[in-house]
Amino acid sequence: MLGETEPQWLSEEVKTGTTIIAIEFDGGVVLGSDSRVSAGESVVNRVMNKLSPLHDKIYCALSGSAADAQTIAEMVNYQLDVHSIEIGEDPQVRSAATLVRNISYKYKEELSAHLIVAGWDRRAGGQVFATLNGLLTRQPFAVGGSGSFYVYGFVDAEYRKRMSKEECQQFVVNTLSLAMNRDGSSGGVAYLVTIDEHGTEEKVILGNDLPTFFDQ
Amino acid sequence: MEKHHTDSKVKGVSTGTTILAAIFDGGVVIGSDSRASIGGEYVSSKTINKVIQVHDRIFCCMAGSLADAQAVTKTAKFHLSFHSVQMESPPLVISAASILKELCYKNKDELQAGFITAGWDRKKGPQVYVVSLGGMLISQPVTIGGSGSTYIYGYVDAKYKPNMTREECQQFATNALALAMGRDNVSGGVVHLVVITEKGVEHVVVPGDKLPRFHDE
Repeated sequence: MLGETEPQWLSEEVKTGTTIIAIEFDGGVVLGSDSRVSAGESVVNRVMNKLSPLHDKIYCALSGSAADAQTIAEMVNYQLDVHSIEIGEDPQVRSAATLVRNISYKYKEELSAHLIVAGWDRRAGGQVFATLNGLLTRQPFAVGGSGSFYVYGFVDAEYRKRMSKEECQQFVVNTLSLAMNRDGSSGGVAYLVTIDEHGTEEKVILGNDLPTFFDQ
Repeated sequence: MEKHHTDSKVKGVSTGTTILAAIFDGGVVIGSDSRASIGGEYVSSKTINKVIQVHDRIFCCMAGSLADAQAVTKTAKFHLSFHSVQMESPPLVISAASILKELCYKNKDELQAGFITAGWDRKKGPQVYVVSLGGMLISQPVTIGGSGSTYIYGYVDAKYKPNMTREECQQFATNALALAMGRDNVSGGVVHLVVITEKGVEHVVVPGDKLPRFHDE
């Protein structure tokens, strides 16, 4: 038919354009993410959980191209299963992060995804690793995704060493809420995962339960 | 990875900057960093003052192309003083902001400059106005601008409270600018603050070594 074109989002790349954060506390880690997946200007999924399990006590947070990030997470999930059978015990968080880094670095020209890997293991407790562009670095906390730029100042100011588990969870929720308010590519609900030696707890915080700030 | 574009499309000397203005109980604080750079690679001035006085109690901060911003503020200053003589009274803050807006809107194709105007007048007390790149004018209680501002949106949203005291607001502004300077490579140097109240105007300069430090520094 003359003059009729398909909706723009059908031909746009699907990005998780996102806000992700992971922070370690004494005895574990807290990971957080928003839930918006966009294709150009459309939101194609408003409830996607971007915190993906790599193993029982190791999770990763996805950002960048949705397809690339999911594929890396699935590949590493498989490789970690094989590895943990080989060594006969639960894998270390550093091993998971190294596997992610190996894929990110080898295919860095083709892929555009950034995964933050965080978890708990017996040897080193709670750890957070950033794998941006193929590097591997352990950090007390890491933020990523398009929304992270707006909250660099906030996390720089608010982070303190030796926060408790509850303080870390509040820090993550506040950071996500601020980023979701400013970044067009982040939004929806907040997903939280808390990992410590006792287990893994997943939580969803709906939009109207998120903290609000002076102009809302 | 998403590439993050700052105002790197500005040719020539850019203020690549962080500017901020906030209302407190009884006045307004307006401030900026002090770095001017060329292409994000060379710092052409470490100590430039981006807070310009356009009238006794009205100041503005510029972002974008330095040349454009200076030309516009010079013209605005002239128009404002003429207007003030005609009205036989100190000009309103919104008048200053409107003059900047007219210049930015009428010349939007040639200019690449944005402004924050802050001041105090008898009619409405402390006010902050933002004139954006295309010439939009809005009033806000707190506002930030320049390339470094993206990094502190979260901080400002979380930490700004209406009706702060003067000291709290000064500390808030210093912290916000310091955080932005810490993350944005084209913002840096010292923090210039101007505190405007009914009683008068005070300039505060916070040099690099006196800036607040955060956990990783």
